[in-house]
Amino acid sequence: MSTDPSVPPAALAGEVRLPEKLADVEPVRSVRTPIRLEYDFIPGDASSGYLNAFADRKILGQRSPVDGAVFVPPRGVDPRHGAATPDYVELPDTGHVGGFCVTRLPIPGRDDLEIPYVSAWIHLDGADIGFLGLVGGIDTSEVRMGMRVRAVWKPDDQLGRTAENILYWEPSGEPDVPVTAAGTNAWHAKQVAKEQG
Amino acid sequence: MRDIAVVSAAQHQQKALTHTTEVELMVPLINEARGAVGLTQDDIGFTCSGSSDFLAGQAFSFVHTLDAVGAVPPISESHVEMDGAWALYEAWVKLQIGGVDTALVYSYGKSSPGSLRDVLSTQLDPYYLGPLWPDAFALAALQARIMLESGAVSEQRLAEIAVRSLNGAADNPRAVRSSAEATIDSILAEAPIADPLRPSDCAASADGGVAVVLAAGDRARELCERPAWIKGIDHRIDPHQPGVRDLTRAPSAQVAAAQAGAGDDRLDAAELAAPFTTQEHILELELGLGADTAVNANGGALAGHTMMAAGLMRIADAAAHIHDERADRVLGHAASGLYLQQNLVCVMEGE
Repeated sequence: MSTDPSVPPAALAGEVRLPEKLADVEPVRSVRTPIRLEYDFIPGDASSGYLNAFADRKILGQRSPVDGAVFVPPRGVDPRHGAATPDYVELPDTGHVGGFCVTRLPIPGRDDLEIPYVSAWIHLDGADIGFLGLVGGIDTSEVRMGMRVRAVWKPDDQLGRTAENILYWEPSGEPDVPVTAAGTNAWHAKQVAKEQG
Repeated sequence: MRDIAVVSAAQHQQKALTHTTEVELMVPLINEARGAVGLTQDDIGFTCSGSSDFLAGQAFSFVHTLDAVGAVPPISESHVEMDGAWALYEAWVKLQIGGVDTALVYSYGKSSPGSLRDVLSTQLDPYYLGPLWPDAFALAALQARIMLESGAVSEQRLAEIAVRSLNGAADNPRAVRSSAEATIDSILAEAPIADPLRPSDCAASADGGVAVVLAAGDRARELCERPAWIKGIDHRIDPHQPGVRDLTRAPSAQVAAAQAGAGDDRLDAAELAAPFTTQEHILELELGLGADTAVNANGGALAGHTMMAAGLMRIADAAAHIHDERADRVLGHAASGLYLQQNLVCVMEGE
């Protein structure tokens, strides 16, 4: 099957039989029907708290009322239990790389990203899940799971109510977290420890 | 066939949810519906939801909303891109098959972030009608004109339906439009917004959600003092292309009602999910509702229409008549598509 958009699909490539009076008109092989709908994005309570705090260089998570697990970014709910999470927790801007990916292809709309770049699950100290960030200030070949990082913020006069305030995460120089305790491994290790009392 | 009943429900509806996500809306509702009968998600055998990504403008938005359920450890779950009434139907089928005795059904709609009258154009066929972007009120007005000119309904009758909704909604906290003072004369004095439709002919758009718990047999009797037993449920569909339809009728509603046994006995109450007075009139005729049936006692969908949830809300409202011992036999109705293209009828009885 051809992926060339200028080649009509096989089903349309054959002879098109038309009534006689339409014999000389150009057959319609495709129609374009653009759709455009505009929406207002409503972040809701939890995300509003999270985004507003960014303007003050703060990262907010929420604590599960069931077992105290800390989620960042907060979504107003512990998704494991369907329980509302009204309590916010302020988190530090330090953590470690739980997992990462080196990307060598440009992505549309992000001309500001130099290739190759590293996207990573950043596990903040005190948080139980990771969130997405860019890793910078280090050669891509040296990024590793468990590497300790800290946030590089935009200058104070450029801070807005957005997660874009963090330009990227750079190595802090502290000793690595062992891979067995990094990222989601940390979560699993914690669960096992809990089950073993 | 297994005996299956609606054992609890929780609803919320307001004009616009401007500070709440769909997840934040559904967490308390799902917990309320389960909690009312002492269940947690661990006790639920099957979970099914209905919603539309076109309202949120976000692909797979319904997956986010599963956060409100609590899906760890993994649950048996499904979703329909339909009003939640069809999710209830799927859950009913699942319970009929057996192996599970309880089901959680929920749906929600938050159309306020977009322009619903334009969003609804995306349900039209993409070649002939969709590209014209006819807005929802204009399309409904075409039907209203045909009905009035053909004598299928009168302006007086449409005004009566509007007044019934406005007056009935006066004490309904979930209604977003109500008036104890509205009269036929005050309705007829309204200037049309899509001639011949007046503002009160068009359902008041709302945001909201609803969660319902179903249970089978003895489990339902354990959980609920007076379960609303589903005695018949059926859904039918008319052609998609409006050009081939008689727009003064909705044959699929009539067939669904017959299959659900609506006319087999007296109906105390009926809750109809019609987004326009014209369509409420059509439904009353197709469903064969007589003067002894209270129709939309609390204002119905006209007093507040939450896209994708209006039908499941009507079933919840109908079940509440049974739970509260206000009625013994009721009908809940849901519709989907243009001009009542799809109709679902759910007949429930108390013991």
